[in-house]
Amino acid sequence: MAATTKIADNLHLSRRSFLRVSATAAGGLFVSLYLDFPLAAQEGGQSKPKVYPPDAFVHIKPDGKIVIQVNRLEFGQGVQTALPMLLADEMDADWSQVVAELAPAADVYKDPLFGIQMVGGSGSIAHSYQQYRELGAKTRAMLVAVAAEKWNVPASQCRTEASVVHGPGGQSAKYGDLADAAAHLPVPETVTLKSAADFRLVGKKIRRLDSPPKCDGSQKFGLDLDLPGMRVALVAHPPVFGASPKSVDDKAARSTSGVVDVFEIPTVSKGTAVAVVAEKFWTAKQARDRLRIDWDLSTVDRADSSQLQKQYKELAATPGNVALTRGDEKALDAIAASNHLVAEYEFPYLAHTPMEPLNTTVRFDGDRAEVWAGSQFQTVDQAAMAQVLGLKPDQITFHTEMAGGGFGRRATPDSHVQREAAAIARRLQGTPVKLVWSREDDVQGGYYRPMHTHRVEIGIGADGMPLAWHHVIVGQSLVAGTPFAAMLIKNGVDETAVEGVVDTHYGIPNFHVSAHHPTVNVPVLWWRSVGHTHTAFVMETLVDELAMRAQMDPIAYRRKLLNPDATKVRGALDLMEKESAAWRSSLPQGHAAGISCHESFGTGVGCAVDVSIENNRPRIHRATLAVDCGVAVNPLTVESQFQAGACFAVSQLMAKGAITLKDGYVEQSNFDGYTPPYMVDAPVTVDVHIVSSTEKPSGCGEPPVPVLSPAVANALSRLTSKRYRTLPLVTL
Amino acid sequence: METYKLTVNGQPKQVTVDPDTPLLWVLREDLKMTGTKYGCGIAACGACTVHLGGIATRSCVVPVSLVRGRSIVTIEGIGEDHVGRAVQNAWVAQDVVQCGYCQSGQIMSAVALLKSTPKPTDTNIEESMGGNICRCGTYVRIREAIKAAALQLK
Repeated sequence: MAATTKIADNLHLSRRSFLRVSATAAGGLFVSLYLDFPLAAQEGGQSKPKVYPPDAFVHIKPDGKIVIQVNRLEFGQGVQTALPMLLADEMDADWSQVVAELAPAADVYKDPLFGIQMVGGSGSIAHSYQQYRELGAKTRAMLVAVAAEKWNVPASQCRTEASVVHGPGGQSAKYGDLADAAAHLPVPETVTLKSAADFRLVGKKIRRLDSPPKCDGSQKFGLDLDLPGMRVALVAHPPVFGASPKSVDDKAARSTSGVVDVFEIPTVSKGTAVAVVAEKFWTAKQARDRLRIDWDLSTVDRADSSQLQKQYKELAATPGNVALTRGDEKALDAIAASNHLVAEYEFPYLAHTPMEPLNTTVRFDGDRAEVWAGSQFQTVDQAAMAQVLGLKPDQITFHTEMAGGGFGRRATPDSHVQREAAAIARRLQGTPVKLVWSREDDVQGGYYRPMHTHRVEIGIGADGMPLAWHHVIVGQSLVAGTPFAAMLIKNGVDETAVEGVVDTHYGIPNFHVSAHHPTVNVPVLWWRSVGHTHTAFVMETLVDELAMRAQMDPIAYRRKLLNPDATKVRGALDLMEKESAAWRSSLPQGHAAGISCHESFGTGVGCAVDVSIENNRPRIHRATLAVDCGVAVNPLTVESQFQAGACFAVSQLMAKGAITLKDGYVEQSNFDGYTPPYMVDAPVTVDVHIVSSTEKPSGCGEPPVPVLSPAVANALSRLTSKRYRTLPLVTL
Repeated sequence: METYKLTVNGQPKQVTVDPDTPLLWVLREDLKMTGTKYGCGIAACGACTVHLGGIATRSCVVPVSLVRGRSIVTIEGIGEDHVGRAVQNAWVAQDVVQCGYCQSGQIMSAVALLKSTPKPTDTNIEESMGGNICRCGTYVRIREAIKAAALQLK
């Protein structure tokens, strides 16, 4: 959702934010943030003031514990630690006393730029950096004001450290003891934020707050939820998207001991599915296996990967809707054919397969409902469930559950999992029901990174640099038919399909990019780094090929081609070059270095990999990554995100790293057929180097992903002299 | 339905379930021990790894009827063991986890490795951890944490 980031960045937000405080029944201070700003584009860009209900961000308890609400889903990206760091730093809180909680769905927790409560576009820190710092600084100011009044000294003569206010005469008071009085003070309109030199937490390597419970089994994820009287639901989905049963024989299923109910529910794709509700998961699964369903496939389109490949290839040979046109369109024709490079690329559907299978728990009580979900889109899901249940969104209490990965899969504009859960709970009024998608449901259930074909024709100048570049991209739109379409589709081009090409920092004088978005009966969704998953692969393998053709060093070639103002990616490229120089110059026989660099979500990344071929597979001995993400709020998290993101990126290269369809049926069903990287497939070691910066932070969740696979392909090309333009890499 | 007597983390337990029920679901739903995770149900991801009679085992494909007298150790109990505790400490010290969902299984596999091979090579690590998927991709830090735990146990 990089395109979304851009739009949000461009919005002029005359944001008026202010805080309110309240004394709590349990004692202590609550600080809430109220936002009042023109709503973001998904609500049509209208400027309509909204009144937000009071909700707490900070709760200082009398015992000194500081509970901080995190306005995001935590699903591995580390925001549950980094956002409290920002707040605690400005507040001068004792970090050992900080407790982070995932906030429920509420207006006050909406992304300050996007206007909905969500995680996406690698924007969690970038968008809440100022917000959480101000919250911390204002809370501190109030605590200081109370102490200063008590001691009858100017507030300016007080200093704070580790949850204690110190007065000029050696006085001291703990935050926990000042909180009650602070709750009766007005919130300061403005505060001065710390300068970087005064940070105590920001910029330091701070270990994750959620690490201990995730190492001893005590962390509860959504799937672990257990409520009194709870039932478990599994759903038999149509084997072809959008289909419905002709007939259902549920006799055997119903006679399974522990089964509560079997009934049909609508699917988002206008079909019908069959829900099985039982006392336990295993019972529900056995009962679902015993359903005999005769599906009517006569009315649905039956997508087929090999036919789509043919269709896409034909489309790619024709210009699509114009995404970008720069310079002279005829420049290519003026270049001799011998100096043309023509390349076609193919990318498959990819499933996200987060380790925690999708699930949502709902209890519907007639006039209200309670929901527990690891959602990237709380606002959207809450509204969709309200619609299914005949409620208003605020009649649903929506708890954000810790989620076991997501990579985009828990950010569905159509809320299809939540709608299913709501439909089931509606039937079982008063009973909490946990809907679980089995791994098979997940792998076969659609919402994939779309298939794509790229066709690129490059005219090379006498100096070996690209003079003309014609690029056609074919693939389903991610946002067509969703509320995001108005914002992200321009001139018939879905920005999420062309990001990474149209905004490349390479200085290509005559540059023409177009796109086709065929309609296919396969639901698609953003997959970690979205368009960059395929566009960076195309750009970075082509630029490498051009460098080889020009007999130039791949780093020097890139530096020559990059625009002078591409400071972030240039800085990352330089640092990567420096940090990898030693190992690149002493590679063992049979190894090759592969290079790439790319900017996404505002973050520049340079990548070098050391690759050999073992058992006909790429063996990635090492990756050196350099990153310019602005201020690295928690450098330990940045390092972890880039190390692990580089491993996640290997998904695209796996021999079984594709979802394929035959005659409408998905051919893979679990990790045996669709195989993510295991340890042996991942880089053995990844060293991460951060460009020192005082610029505002940019994303770190997605930017690691685009660079790794092209760098590996580039290394392989140097070993085999072949080009790799079809993913996954089935053979080398 | 049959009644089974199990020993989980040294504690005697009794459950009455269908004999085909995988140990994973007995642990999670009957004994309410949710630290052991469901990831695939076909022994392809390792999220459900427990120690059965001391051997790292994918509990999602072991019917409870086949457990018989073997002791069961789960993530909730592995900290009682000195190797288990060292591995958990190394995981926290190295800041291994991200989403954390697979890490119960990773830790159980790592403990089994270090119990049989106290000084593992990279090849030993790749073989023993080879069936555990971390979708976030924390493999680099998992490898470092295993080496750190091995050093600490020396």
